[in-house]
Amino acid sequence: MRVLLVLWLRHIRRYLRSRSRIIGSIGQPLLFLLALGYGLGAVFERAGQGDYLEFLVPGILMQTILFSSIFFGAIIIFDRRFGFLSELLVAPVSRLKILLGTSLGGATISLIQAIMVLVISMFLGFSAQSIIAILAAVLIMSVLSLALTSFGVGLAASVEDFQGFQAINSFVMFPLFFLSNALYPLDSAPDVLRILASLNPLTYAVDGLRYVLIGQSHFSIALDMLVLLATLVVTVFFAVRQFNRIQI
Amino acid sequence: MERPVIEAEGVTKRFGKLTAVDDISFKVQAGEIFAFLGPNGAGKSTTIKMLTTMLRPTSGKLHLAGFNVTKDQASVRQNLGIVFQDPSLDEELSAKENMELHAALYHVPKDEQGKRIDDLLKLVGLHERKDSYIKTFSGGMRRRLEIARGLLHHPKVLFLDEPTLGLDTQTRNVLWEYVKKLSKTEGMTIFFTTHYLDEAEEVAERIAIIDHGKIIATGTAAELAKKTKTKNLEQAYLKLTGDSIRDEDNKGNDGLNMRTAMRNRSFR
Repeated sequence: MRVLLVLWLRHIRRYLRSRSRIIGSIGQPLLFLLALGYGLGAVFERAGQGDYLEFLVPGILMQTILFSSIFFGAIIIFDRRFGFLSELLVAPVSRLKILLGTSLGGATISLIQAIMVLVISMFLGFSAQSIIAILAAVLIMSVLSLALTSFGVGLAASVEDFQGFQAINSFVMFPLFFLSNALYPLDSAPDVLRILASLNPLTYAVDGLRYVLIGQSHFSIALDMLVLLATLVVTVFFAVRQFNRIQI
Repeated sequence: MERPVIEAEGVTKRFGKLTAVDDISFKVQAGEIFAFLGPNGAGKSTTIKMLTTMLRPTSGKLHLAGFNVTKDQASVRQNLGIVFQDPSLDEELSAKENMELHAALYHVPKDEQGKRIDDLLKLVGLHERKDSYIKTFSGGMRRRLEIARGLLHHPKVLFLDEPTLGLDTQTRNVLWEYVKKLSKTEGMTIFFTTHYLDEAEEVAERIAIIDHGKIIATGTAAELAKKTKTKNLEQAYLKLTGDSIRDEDNKGNDGLNMRTAMRNRSFR
C-alpha cells in the first residue's frame, strides 16, 4: 500500500505543480466544446436532433480522458530518458506495484480534468439529469480513466522515444476520438462510420455517459458497461505485459 | 574469516555471439573499497548490471550479501544501493520527496524515515535545500543527493558507476571524502568504476582490471605497479590494457543508463 501511495502521490504532486499542464489539458476540450457546441448547435437543432451541447458534453468528457491518459503515458518515456525509471525498476518492489501506482496516479489526473470540464460545461448551460446521474458519470469516468491510462502506459512502454510516441498519438488517439460517437449521433451516420464506431470501445463509454447524464443512448446500458469493463481488463493486461518487457 | 560480501565464480555473459564478460571470478570483502577498472566496452557495466540484478548471467554463480543474485533478487536488491552513471532523480520533486519515495520503495520503517533522511541530507550538505526541487540543483548537488539516497536503506554494498563523471575537482574530492567516511563509519562495502585512475589509486583498497571480458589483474595499486614494473596505477593500467583507443561497442553496456536499452531480456 505504501508503495502505491507514494507513487500515486508523485504523479499528483507533479500534476498540481504544473499550472501550464492543468490549463493546457482542459483548454483543448473546452475549445471543442465552445467551437462545436455553439458553432454546430444551430445546424444540429435544425436537423431535429435536439440540443447539441447536451449531446456533445459526454463526448468531450471522453476526449478529455482519452487525451490526458494517453499523454500521461509519456511519463514512462520521460522517466526512461531521464533515468528515474532505473531507480524504480531496481527497487525491491514488483513491477506490477510500480505499474499500478503509476496508472492510478495517471487515472486520478484524467478524472480530475474530466470533472473540471464537466463543471465548466454546466456553467455553459449543460444540465445533467440529477446528482445521482453525476455520481454515476464519475464512476464511469473513473473506470474509463484507469483503462485509458493503462493503455497509454502500455503504449509508451512499447516505444523507445518521443517520436515513436508521437506516431502513436496520430495513429491511435485521433482515430479513437473521431471514429466514435463523441461528436455525431450514430443513428444518422453513414454505414462505414457506424460500423467503425461500433468497433471502437470508446463509443460505449460515451454512450454510457450519455445514458446516465442526459438519458439518451444508442446501445443498452448493460452492453455499454460490459464493453467498458472488458476494455479495462484488456488494457490492464496490455500494460502489465508491455511494462514487464522494459529493459534497463 | 567472514564470508565475502560479493562472490563471483566463473561468471559469463553473452549477447548473441559477443561475449561481454568471460568467465570472471572475484571476491570483495565486507567493508572493502573496491575499484573495478577497464577500458570502454571491457565488461565493467555488464558486470555491475549482473551484480545489481539487472541482467542475468549466461553462466556462473553470483552472490551478494550471501544471497544468490539470480534466485533471490528481492533480498539482493534490498541489500544494495546504486548510484547510476546517469542522473536518476525526479526533477519535479524536492530532495526530501525523492528521498521519501526511495524510503517507501526500500521498505525503510516509517518511524525511522524522517531522521534518516535528515541525517543523510546533513551528511551530504543538502539539508538546507531539502525542500528545493531537483531541477534547481547543480550536477554536483544531484550526485551528492543520489549518494545519500543510495544509503537510505542501509545497503551492505554501495555501487557507484562512474560517480564523478563530469564533476569538478572540488566536488570530486568532497564526494570521495564522504565515501571514505561512510566506508569507515558504517563498514559499508563500496564497489565503484571510474576512468580517473588517480581517483582509483587514492581511494580504492583493492582494484580489479577487466579487459575484453576477462579480469586481467587484481591487487592494491602498489601491487599492480610492482607486478608490471611501473611507477603508478596509471602506468600499470596502460601496460596491462594497451594504449590503443577503444570504441564503445553498441551493446552499450558502459553505463547503467536507460538510454542504452538492451535487446537482451532482463530477468525479474
